[in-house]
Amino acid sequence: MFQILSIKGTINFLRHAVPISILSLVLVLGSLTSLATNGINWGLDFTGGTVVELEFSSPSDLEALRAELSSVETDGAVVQNFGSSRDVLVRLPVKEGVATDTQVSQVMDAALKFDPQVVQKRVEVVGPQIGKELAEQGGLAVLVALICILIYVSFRFEWRLALGSVAALAHDVIITLGVFSLLQLDFDLTVLAGVLTVVGYSLNDTIVVFDRIRENFLKIRKGEPEEIVNTSITQTMSRTIITTGTTLVVVVALFLKGGTMIHGFATALLMGIFVGTFSSIYVASFLAVKLGINREHMMPVEIEKEGADQDALMP
Amino acid sequence: MLNKYPMWKNLMVIIIIAVGSFYAIPNLFGEDYAVQVVASRGAEVTATTQSTVNDVLASKNITVKRSELENGQLLVRVANGDQQLLAKEAIAESLGDKYIVALNLAPATPDWLESLGGSPMKLGLDLRGGVHFLMEVDMGEAVRKMTEAKISDFRTDLRGEKIRYAGIRNSAKGIEIKFRDAENLAKAERFLKTRGNDMVFTDISSGDSYFLMANLSEAYLKQIKEEALQQNITTIRNRVNELGVAEPVVQRQGAERIIVELPGVQDTARAKDILGATASIEFHMVDEKADAAAAASGRVSPSSQVYNRRQGGQVVLHKAVMLTGDHIQGAQPSFDEYSRPQVSINLDSKGGSIFSNVTKDNIGKPMATLFIEYKDNGDKNPDGSVKMQKIEEVISVATIQARLGRNFVITGLEHSEAQNLALLLRAGALIAPVTIVEERTIGPSLGAENIQNGVQAMIWGMAVVLIFMLVYYRGFGLIANLALTANLVMVVGVMSMIPGAVLTLPGIAGMVLTVGMAVDGNVLIYERIREELRNGRSVQQAIHEGYGNAFSTIADANITTFMTALILFAVGTGAVKGFAVTLMIGIATSMFTAIVGTRSIVNAMWGGKRVKKLSI
Repeated sequence: MFQILSIKGTINFLRHAVPISILSLVLVLGSLTSLATNGINWGLDFTGGTVVELEFSSPSDLEALRAELSSVETDGAVVQNFGSSRDVLVRLPVKEGVATDTQVSQVMDAALKFDPQVVQKRVEVVGPQIGKELAEQGGLAVLVALICILIYVSFRFEWRLALGSVAALAHDVIITLGVFSLLQLDFDLTVLAGVLTVVGYSLNDTIVVFDRIRENFLKIRKGEPEEIVNTSITQTMSRTIITTGTTLVVVVALFLKGGTMIHGFATALLMGIFVGTFSSIYVASFLAVKLGINREHMMPVEIEKEGADQDALMP
Repeated sequence: MLNKYPMWKNLMVIIIIAVGSFYAIPNLFGEDYAVQVVASRGAEVTATTQSTVNDVLASKNITVKRSELENGQLLVRVANGDQQLLAKEAIAESLGDKYIVALNLAPATPDWLESLGGSPMKLGLDLRGGVHFLMEVDMGEAVRKMTEAKISDFRTDLRGEKIRYAGIRNSAKGIEIKFRDAENLAKAERFLKTRGNDMVFTDISSGDSYFLMANLSEAYLKQIKEEALQQNITTIRNRVNELGVAEPVVQRQGAERIIVELPGVQDTARAKDILGATASIEFHMVDEKADAAAAASGRVSPSSQVYNRRQGGQVVLHKAVMLTGDHIQGAQPSFDEYSRPQVSINLDSKGGSIFSNVTKDNIGKPMATLFIEYKDNGDKNPDGSVKMQKIEEVISVATIQARLGRNFVITGLEHSEAQNLALLLRAGALIAPVTIVEERTIGPSLGAENIQNGVQAMIWGMAVVLIFMLVYYRGFGLIANLALTANLVMVVGVMSMIPGAVLTLPGIAGMVLTVGMAVDGNVLIYERIREELRNGRSVQQAIHEGYGNAFSTIADANITTFMTALILFAVGTGAVKGFAVTLMIGIATSMFTAIVGTRSIVNAMWGGKRVKKLSI
């Protein structure tokens, strides 16, 4: 057998839990501070406004285009390259009393002055009202997701573990948002989808570890909760590394090859997978131990029934 | 005996995978360039049209791959994009303007597959290019219209019952009906309450003034809004059909919004004009008793109103509407004997009888055609929504010569106005104005680029994962790879089967992600088997325990991910919804392939035999 990790015995993960938890806490507080001071760089989906994507036939002169776009209707336009020097993205804020159509046609007029072959690849116009609603809905979605998960995990496992997993998820969401805030990356709808996917993915990891913890509590008669948690994490370690690895590979492929429209999504996932893997050990499991998880908590009768069901279902 | 699947289980796995793969096949055939012919203005697409088109194309040396006549529309497939453009021009020229000729892409699914229900995945706008609009219905206007209708009802009803009232006006709080004494008020209240539950009446008299306040009831308000939305959807759907767009989407979103997606459309200006336009007409009688001088300074009786005439000057009309545009069934632009543009109108039977009644009673009196249009002039309400400006103009005043029936003409329009009015009337008027609150246009080249990017990401991600699994788990890795491939094919198959599922760019991302995450099921099982082997279990026991123990973990982990995908589906719009759909399908298929699919192969290879060593 070819093993990535050949683990002899049990690694004492929780030995480093205190300093690492402090690091986690610092990261979370840092993220919250950044969110409070820098805020999130809300993308078009949330703020409303106009985005025009242009493709020039030759490398474009951004300075000149900027100057051209400083007219009254298109004042405040953000002009930037992306992908290649021929691709230009123009962002226009919502303007009181100016029809967006006028703005878009002025952008095209300006671009045509520099390059008669310029192609308008994408135009997106979002009203400010829609954006506000979306932001509220998005926030609500994350919250509802967390609550649903809390209920499900409490029901399937135990409230200490449920609290641990939800804390881990909140940790992942906050840090992912924090990085977006710190780097002032554009936060649009696909990024929100990314954040929710991170919630799902990170939970995946946590559940795998918890499942093993539950099993080991029932199987290993002796041993402190901490030892059992350590054993469980060790046993699931190679799975965690492999799955995280393969998921990372595809996300990196998305990040590099997927194109600009899902760059934000891939970025959110990339960060989320790192913190998500890490939090399933140091936040979720550690918190459950600190909350005093022990063997008695794992003895509900339903679990025995579950086992009986399984054999019948899955021979 | 351990690890042996009964025949039916193996068969089930084979059948499910076969069905999934079968419905994935149509995606391999790509799309044909096609030209679509739809009838407008009373014309019809028939076999004759088809043969005309075929003849025209033959004369231009354009090879027709296939020509299909279905649901009153003709689809002609040609070899490439150049031929498509030539064909479109040639067809449009020969058929004239009674037909709408549009460029289209048609799935090149072979007939036998199509007859079995096979069709490729629907591509979202971000992958095929086109325009997406999110429209908001101005409910305030719908309610205002209804309130006005109610006021006019009150006037006639109270007069008819000989209940004396001092005045009716529309205030911010509701409709206020003023009476001179308590007796009339009480009589009116009693009478009006018998007229249904649409309104709620409150006595707000104080001192010597007697007022009855009437408000639309909550239930009725809700009903008005619902009807306004439904009617607008129908109207917009008709207009989209008039535009001749292939496979358009018109659907409601929430309580007051409508999504419109027009694949392949690049000219947003015209699409917007037609979709958002709320031009309609109303017929009113001219108030001949009105004093011109008084009217000029704005003093008219409460039942009349001063309107501007398009030709200049003003005219006083009775507020009561004789007939609204709702009853208009058909409208064609044409020219009168002096070649002035006009619109010939024919009404539905109800409209016809209303119209014939009112014209009969009013022969010799002037009747006005009022043109109403809502325009977005860039102004915004304090809450950020677009403020629509209502423009009302009298386009013609004509003396009723005789009793008019279902067919008549309206004159006094410019040529292009006649064209647009005809189109709008034909497609029905919007009951309340709509504003476009979100608009996304994706160029066709960007769409193609997005597909290419997505597919490339998928190939790279998948290749690395497959190689890794093979190297790391050898025999079992190969089985996992089969499962992963089957999983991907099945996601495509299921996406193609579900009528409402649309593939978007984030959807492709979801598929790529499924590839990465679907490994998890296999990894959990295999790691467990390895563990059991290390713990000294026999091969058969290790397989059994591995699958058994991993099952609840996989189920728990996937159910929670499924929950988040479901929430994403509920709140997301457009492209994000597409992601949620692929993710959900991916979770279901990957659980099936990882747990049942691989087990079936593992059992067949190693189950029930004496095996010393596993290739894991």
